[in-house]
Amino acid sequence: MRSDQSKLGFYLLLSPLLLWLVTLIILPHMGLFAVSISEKVGVREYETGFGNYAVFFNEPLYWRTFARTAIMSIMTTVLTLLLGFPIAYYIAKLMRGRAKTTLFLMCLIPFWVSELVRTFGWMILLRETGVLSNFLQFTGVIDGPVEFLYNDAAIMVGLVYTSILFMIVPLVTTLDSLDDSLIEAGYDLGGSGFSILREIVIPHAMPGIVSGCIVVFMLSLGNYLTPILLGGKDSLWFTGLIYTQFITRFNWELGSAFGFLLLALSSTIVFLGLKLSRQSLTNTMGR
Amino acid sequence: MTSTADLVCRDLTKDFTDFRAVDHVNFEVPNGSFFSILGPSGCGKTTLLRMIAGFQFPTSGDLLIKGKSMIGVGPNKRPVSMVFQHLALFPMMNIGKNVGFGLRQRGVAEAEIKTRVGRILERVGLPGIQDRSVDQLSGGQKQRVAIARCMVLEPDVLLLDEPLGALDLKLREHMKIELKTLQAEFNTTFVYITHDQSEALVMSDNIAVMNNGRFDQIGTAEELYYEPSNAFVAGFVGDANRFDGKVVGVDGQIVSIVTDGGAEMRGKTTAGVPAMGQRAQIFVRPEAIALLKDPAQTADHMNTGEWIVDSVLFNGANSLVILRHPKSGETIHATLPQTGTFLGLSKGQSVHTSWAPEQARCFATEGQ
Repeated sequence: MRSDQSKLGFYLLLSPLLLWLVTLIILPHMGLFAVSISEKVGVREYETGFGNYAVFFNEPLYWRTFARTAIMSIMTTVLTLLLGFPIAYYIAKLMRGRAKTTLFLMCLIPFWVSELVRTFGWMILLRETGVLSNFLQFTGVIDGPVEFLYNDAAIMVGLVYTSILFMIVPLVTTLDSLDDSLIEAGYDLGGSGFSILREIVIPHAMPGIVSGCIVVFMLSLGNYLTPILLGGKDSLWFTGLIYTQFITRFNWELGSAFGFLLLALSSTIVFLGLKLSRQSLTNTMGR
Repeated sequence: MTSTADLVCRDLTKDFTDFRAVDHVNFEVPNGSFFSILGPSGCGKTTLLRMIAGFQFPTSGDLLIKGKSMIGVGPNKRPVSMVFQHLALFPMMNIGKNVGFGLRQRGVAEAEIKTRVGRILERVGLPGIQDRSVDQLSGGQKQRVAIARCMVLEPDVLLLDEPLGALDLKLREHMKIELKTLQAEFNTTFVYITHDQSEALVMSDNIAVMNNGRFDQIGTAEELYYEPSNAFVAGFVGDANRFDGKVVGVDGQIVSIVTDGGAEMRGKTTAGVPAMGQRAQIFVRPEAIALLKDPAQTADHMNTGEWIVDSVLFNGANSLVILRHPKSGETIHATLPQTGTFLGLSKGQSVHTSWAPEQARCFATEGQ
C-alpha cells in the first residue's frame, strides 16, 4: 500500500517533466523532422526525401552563412571566456564580503532589462550620429561621422555583451570553491603566477569554463536579435535564414531542414568541445 | 650562534589597520632543530608564520633565513616550504605530480623529477603511490605526502601550520612521534605552530609561548613546564591550579597569599617579589599535590590542608580528583596516585593534601 502511494507520488512528480519533454521538445522536433524530409513536388503534393538538405549543400550562400555563424559563435565564446575569466577571478578570489556581492550584482543589473533594449543601447552608442562617433569627432581623432554599426565587430560586441553573464556566473561559482591555500601552496613551492594559473586554477575551474562556454556558444548560435539589429541586413546569421524561410518565403520544409542542421551543428561542436577539454556533460552542467 | 641559525627574527612587527598582530618578536632557530610556537588562537602565531613564508610582509623588523634578509622576497623565492593546516594537496593532480610540482617549477628534467619523487616518497614510507589520486589516501598518508612535497625541494626551513589539527586523536598521537622522527631523519629546521601544548611539548627542541603578539618565554619543554616566567605561561603550558589572592607575607622567595576564599598558601616566586598587600596568583601542578589519608606531619612552610572530595575523574594513569575546600569552596585538581592507596575514594570523603612551596609558582597579578 505504502509503496503504491510512493510510486504514485513519483509518477506525479515526474509527469510535468515528461509532459514538458514530450510536448515541447520531442513532438515539435519529430514534426519538424517530418516536415524537413518532405519535398514539395506540386501544389499540396509532397514526396519523402532529403532534397531540402541537398538544397542547403548546393547553395553556397546557405552553407557559408552556416559556417560563418559557427565560426563567429566560437569566436564569441573564446572572447567571452577571455574577458569573463579575469572578471570572475577578481570577484571570486580578490574581493571579500560586501564588495564581492556588490560587484556580482553589478554584473546582473544590465540583465534586468530586455535584450532588445540593451541592444538598442548599443545602437545609440555605435551609430553614425551616436555617442562614440561624436566623441571621436569632438576629440579630433576623426574628421567626419563614422558608422560603427552594421559590421561583424559590432555583432561580436553585442554577442559578448549579451552572453558574458552566463560565463561569469559558473566561473565565479567554481573559482569560489577553489581553496585559497592551494594557490598559496603553489607560490610556496616556487610556482610563478602563470604556472599556478595553468596547473592549479584552470584545471580546477575547468567544469565552470566548459559549462560557461557551452551556454555562451548555444546562446550565440541561436541568437537572432543581436546579429540582425547590430549587423543590419548584411549580418547573415543562420537563424536569420531560418526566419526568412519560415516567415518570408513560407518554405517550411527548407526552414525545418535548416533548423535540424543547426541542432546537429551545436550538438557536434559541444561534443567536440567536451572531448577536447576531457570533461563530461554531467561533470560540467550537472553541478 | 648567529652563524648557525637558520632563521632569525629581529624586532619583527606586523600591524593591521586596527591592531598589532605581532609585536617586536625576537628569536633564533638553530640549524636542524625543531622549534614550536605555542599560543592560543588569535595570538598572532599564524601571522608570524605567514610572514616567514612570505605571504605577509612585516611592518617593521628584519627576518633572516640562512643569514639573508627576506624582506621584499616573494614566497616563491624563499628557501622555505610550508605544510598548510589543511595540507593543500592539489586535487587536480596525482600524488607524483603533487610531489613533483616544486621541482617542475624549478625546471628540473622530467627523469630527474621522477627519481627524486620516488626517493622522497620512499623516505616518508609511501613508496610507489605516485599514480594514486589525493582522495585515495588516508589522513596520515596525506600528511606524509604534504611533507614529502615540501622536503623534495630541500628547503632550509620547513614551516608547519597546525597540520595535525584535522586528524582524529589516535592518529594525532601517532603523527606526533612520526613528525619528530621525520625531522630527525631529514635534519631540517622545522618551525611548527600549534595551540595544542602537548604537540609542542612532545616534539620540540625549543618552544616559544606566544600571547597577544609577543613571545612570553622561549625555552625547552622542561623549562616552560617547571620554570614558567610569567602567569600566562604557567597557566597555558600544562595543567595547573590557579589561586588569586593578596600577599600577606614574604620570606625570601617564598610568598604567602590569602586567597579570596580565605585559604592561606605559599609559593615560590622567580619573577620579582610582589609587595605586601599586592594581588598575586599561585599556580600548582596537579601532580605536585600529595594526597594523604591522615594529617601530614610536615615541616614548616609546607602547604597543608584538609579537603572534601568533589568528584573522581578516572582516566587510567591520568586520573584526577577534584577537591573542594570546606571553608572557601575553592576547588583544586590533584593527580590520583596509582599505588592503590586511594582506590575506592568517593565523593564526600575528606583527604589531606600537602605540597612544597618550591613546587608552586607565585606571580604578581598584572595590571597593577
